[in-house]
Amino acid sequence: MIGSSWQGLLPGAILAGTPLLYATLGEVLGERAGIVNLGLEGVMLMGAVVGFGTTVRTGDPALGIFAAALAGALFNTIFGFLVIERRANQLASGLALMFCGVGLSALLGAPYVGSQIKGLNEIRIPILSDLPVAGTLLFHYDILVYLVTPIALLVWWALFYTRWGLSLRAVGEKPTAAFAAGKNPYRLQYQALFIAGLLGGIAGAHLSLATAKTWAEWMTAGRGFVAVALVIFSKWHPLRAIAGALLFGGAIALQLQMQARGVPVSPFLLDMLPYLLSLGVLAVWGGARRHAAPASLGQVFRGTE
Amino acid sequence: MDLTAEQTNERFGFQRRWWASSIRFFGFLGLAFLVFALLLLAFGKNPIKAYADIFSNTLGSTYGLSEILVKMIPLTLTAVAVAVPSRIWLINVGGEGQLYIGALFATWGALTFNGLPAWILLPLISVLGVLGGGLWASISGILRARGWVSETISTLLLNYVAILLVNFFVFGPWKDPESANYPQTAEFVGAATLPSFAGTRIHAGFVFPLAALLLFYFVLSRTRWGLEMRAIGGNPEAARRSGIPIGGYMILLMFIGGGLAGLAGMVEVSAIQGRLRPSLSPGYGFIGFLISWMAGGNPLGIVAASFLLAIVTAGGDILQMAHGLPGSAVNILNALILFVVLSRQGRKGGFK
Repeated sequence: MIGSSWQGLLPGAILAGTPLLYATLGEVLGERAGIVNLGLEGVMLMGAVVGFGTTVRTGDPALGIFAAALAGALFNTIFGFLVIERRANQLASGLALMFCGVGLSALLGAPYVGSQIKGLNEIRIPILSDLPVAGTLLFHYDILVYLVTPIALLVWWALFYTRWGLSLRAVGEKPTAAFAAGKNPYRLQYQALFIAGLLGGIAGAHLSLATAKTWAEWMTAGRGFVAVALVIFSKWHPLRAIAGALLFGGAIALQLQMQARGVPVSPFLLDMLPYLLSLGVLAVWGGARRHAAPASLGQVFRGTE
Repeated sequence: MDLTAEQTNERFGFQRRWWASSIRFFGFLGLAFLVFALLLLAFGKNPIKAYADIFSNTLGSTYGLSEILVKMIPLTLTAVAVAVPSRIWLINVGGEGQLYIGALFATWGALTFNGLPAWILLPLISVLGVLGGGLWASISGILRARGWVSETISTLLLNYVAILLVNFFVFGPWKDPESANYPQTAEFVGAATLPSFAGTRIHAGFVFPLAALLLFYFVLSRTRWGLEMRAIGGNPEAARRSGIPIGGYMILLMFIGGGLAGLAGMVEVSAIQGRLRPSLSPGYGFIGFLISWMAGGNPLGIVAASFLLAIVTAGGDILQMAHGLPGSAVNILNALILFVVLSRQGRKGGFK
């Protein structure tokens, strides 16, 4: 009996890993174009609040997801303006964006605190969901969970098998070379950040629409930063990010499961698990980091002088 | 010596541009306040009344002004906590967590050695505060020095861990049995409380930021260590080849930075709260980061910027209490100010 109840862990990991994966994929795109965005936390918050507010107003979670994605993308464009147009320091700009997202989402969300929504419907895949064990474990989720793996594949394909992806990676590695080859580094970086914002917004929407089904201030609780850590963990590769998100989602799920079943450990200590896991994993991974990171990560293309 | 017009411009151009860019800078700073005002307007608040309230409650009265000074004490400390490691390009975003751990260590000292007289106990818990924040930041320093984890990521993640750790103690083993449902420790004895000046909450802890700023300035400009730090900041590879222990500096500067943030935590529990609570800091560690970036690591700039952001922080409380806005809404204004500062620094060719 105990063994079977721990089966909740896998669905929990999938559910908690989904927003992490959306966010990580966005960050992978941005970093492949040479831009570190620590403001992902703020982008997710904007997605969460706009998605939730739209759903409360219209009653349509699909519209909520759409609005969340758009809000995330526009919000991330502010960051793009700072680091691309104004050549501001990326790490500090990202943190400023996070502050802005924390404040703006609190302001936007104030009327919706305590509102209730039905949230995203669980979609049962016909036939597959009736399978004995795998059915309940793998085929009882909302639409965003089903979509995330195809999107990861899409990002992977776009990055490694299209002309656009090649140019994008060239910008992240050596913008002057990309420029010499006739590419516009700025435009490509804006595009990457816009898509990253879409994905970050969806990540937030999944938290507020599918997982929590409410809005609370700073409800992302550092997941944006965990996603930045996940990018390093997955070595800037969209497919490795799937495994990483599942692992980290597992840590969150484990912590929730242990709390739910009253394991005699303080919930505050259990809550540390995802952050400590991020740190531990990064420390172990650290050695190989240099080889995988885009060469121009964090530096801004200043034109050919 | 005769100078052509062009040479004159070249010679004095720096000063002129300095003035022009200052005016532009304050113009943009005003723009940040304007955008926030429009935002307030959009949310149905009266921005003029809001700004007037903030002004009259901070700069407009002696008490208000004294409260600004009270807030400047932890803010200056957390700003120097960022400025010190930034000399060698380390980005410490963990001030908040370091502050919490400093408060935790100081609280442990205050509750354990509560029989000691003030002249031993206060220095003891100050040292404990420094030690707590310093050791916490050293984790990130070591991870970075080994080349394992970027200090930006590790300090960010450790913030959450630190706050959870304080929550654990305050809700658990250290909870004051007499305080019913409030998660807080027992109140500090008088000997563990920093004395404050008659009628205000300004307390003896104000010597800490002053000393920190003076030492920061002195060490940077007058000692061999300052020179070596400049060397590392300027060209790490050259510094390494000339035998400067870069890894050691990384750990040491993170320790000093974290120690100062920890001291801010000690000051808050000892002088302001009188006990350890989960709601120890309204984000002093994060705001310190903004201050340090605004000031570009310049000691006088840090004082000026912490004055400005202390007003904004106090303004956040006022907006929350008198205008029914969420307490974190003021983060927008913080962020807008930082946007302006960052986009200016970027065009000037980077943060020095």
